Amino acid sequence: MLKKTPLHAAHLAANAKMVDFGGWEMPLNYGSQLEEHHLVRRGAGMFDVSHMTVVDLHGERVRAFLSELLANDVAKLKVSGKALYSCMLTEQGGVIDDLIVYFQDEQFFRMVVNAATRDKDLDWLARHATRFGVTLTERRDLAMIAVQGPDARRLVAGLFGAETRARVEKLGKFVGAEAEGLFVARTGYTGEDGFEIMVPETRAIEFWNQLLAVGVKPAGLGARDTLRLEAGMNLYGQDMDETVSPFEAALAWTVALEPATRHFIGRDALVRQKSAGVPREMIGIVLDDKGVMRHGQKVLTPAGDGEVLSGTFSPTLGKSIALARVPVGAGEALQVDIRGKAVPVRRVKFPFVRDGKPQPGI
Amino acid sequence: MSDIPGDLKFLKSHEWARLEDNGTVTVGISDHAQSALGDLVYVELPSVGDTIEAGNGAAVVESVKAASDVYAPVSGTVIAVNESLSDKPETINQDAYGEGWMFVLKPSNTAELDELLTPDDYAEQLDTE
Repeated sequence: MLKKTPLHAAHLAANAKMVDFGGWEMPLNYGSQLEEHHLVRRGAGMFDVSHMTVVDLHGERVRAFLSELLANDVAKLKVSGKALYSCMLTEQGGVIDDLIVYFQDEQFFRMVVNAATRDKDLDWLARHATRFGVTLTERRDLAMIAVQGPDARRLVAGLFGAETRARVEKLGKFVGAEAEGLFVARTGYTGEDGFEIMVPETRAIEFWNQLLAVGVKPAGLGARDTLRLEAGMNLYGQDMDETVSPFEAALAWTVALEPATRHFIGRDALVRQKSAGVPREMIGIVLDDKGVMRHGQKVLTPAGDGEVLSGTFSPTLGKSIALARVPVGAGEALQVDIRGKAVPVRRVKFPFVRDGKPQPGI
Repeated sequence: MSDIPGDLKFLKSHEWARLEDNGTVTVGISDHAQSALGDLVYVELPSVGDTIEAGNGAAVVESVKAASDVYAPVSGTVIAVNESLSDKPETINQDAYGEGWMFVLKPSNTAELDELLTPDDYAEQLDTE
């Protein structure tokens, strides 16, 4: 039996094509994935992301707990509402999950983790929480709607009364705040501006319909995947997992090795890997010819074989893009084995697309 | 799902074939197939003059989601291909049984058509999938 989000009925009403997504019955598209993709790049679209797991962490030593558990440093969170993206690592430095944590107050942080990793994440958190006297509360009572696109913030803010609206309009990037019983955060997974909004499940359909009424159209998980890949954002389970360190997944920027006095789980392994030399790296590639690169295809390089992690057709660029993991020193002369044919591809910097625009050199 | 035209025959793998009045056979993929694939982004067609064996791969359709071989419902020689699909692969999404046709064969053995599924058989297969 597949799990359903509080917005399930709204998806059926919008003629969504529903699919099994890690045990959840979720909308893949509402007719055309490409149209939904362009809608988010050019206007605004909304995604039901209620399958994601929200966990509230309470306790006197919650900051110390997160300082130990996360590779990024929660000491960076000084203002209430501020968010931090981080990996949670094994002792061996492998990625258990990537997540966002919001600082509320010194006794309360809120964490959002992936749906597919819920069970192991909660087990891992619970295993370490006791030592710090931290209590975990999963917020299954919250639905989550991501409204993304250049028009997203304006359309969402317009739904609130004057005083709240002013606050919502002023929210800085990667900051969240309470807004008339909702939690509105300026975060996302598309490379566009916008909000991710936590809504009590009892109000989810009503809020969804309010968004529909002001012209925000629904977009499915298909578009969410092409949008995040264009934006060069990792997908857990596809671009990284417990066999990969953040350094091998282009996530070095999320690892805070300074101050050296802060111990976190996985730190020793990362320091060792860094001094020994990281063996593999994650790169961006573009295929200028026809064809689409897909997960699992082989990348042929002079330094040995690599692998396509996430590959797709980029609707914004009109050609295929991919994230790949290759041996360090693979150089520029790369080919991808697409259905038995070795096709030359171009190594590029990513993100491929940011704020609606193809990036230089793509 | 749109209605399946009665003059078509099908392969289990979702290709359709239509015997035209002039004895040629037009080939495409079913409405069910285009819907399952999602938005198409590339179509790789055979060349005019190619000889094709029934059941062998004759074309490739690639959507945002996946690439899929298109098998020839009957054997024959390719006498026309729908060039407009190169620029507008989405035509198959919009009109799989009409403007979204893929290629035309001069069949070498019309008896092969009798081995294909009727629209009713095909619809029944979709119900049990």
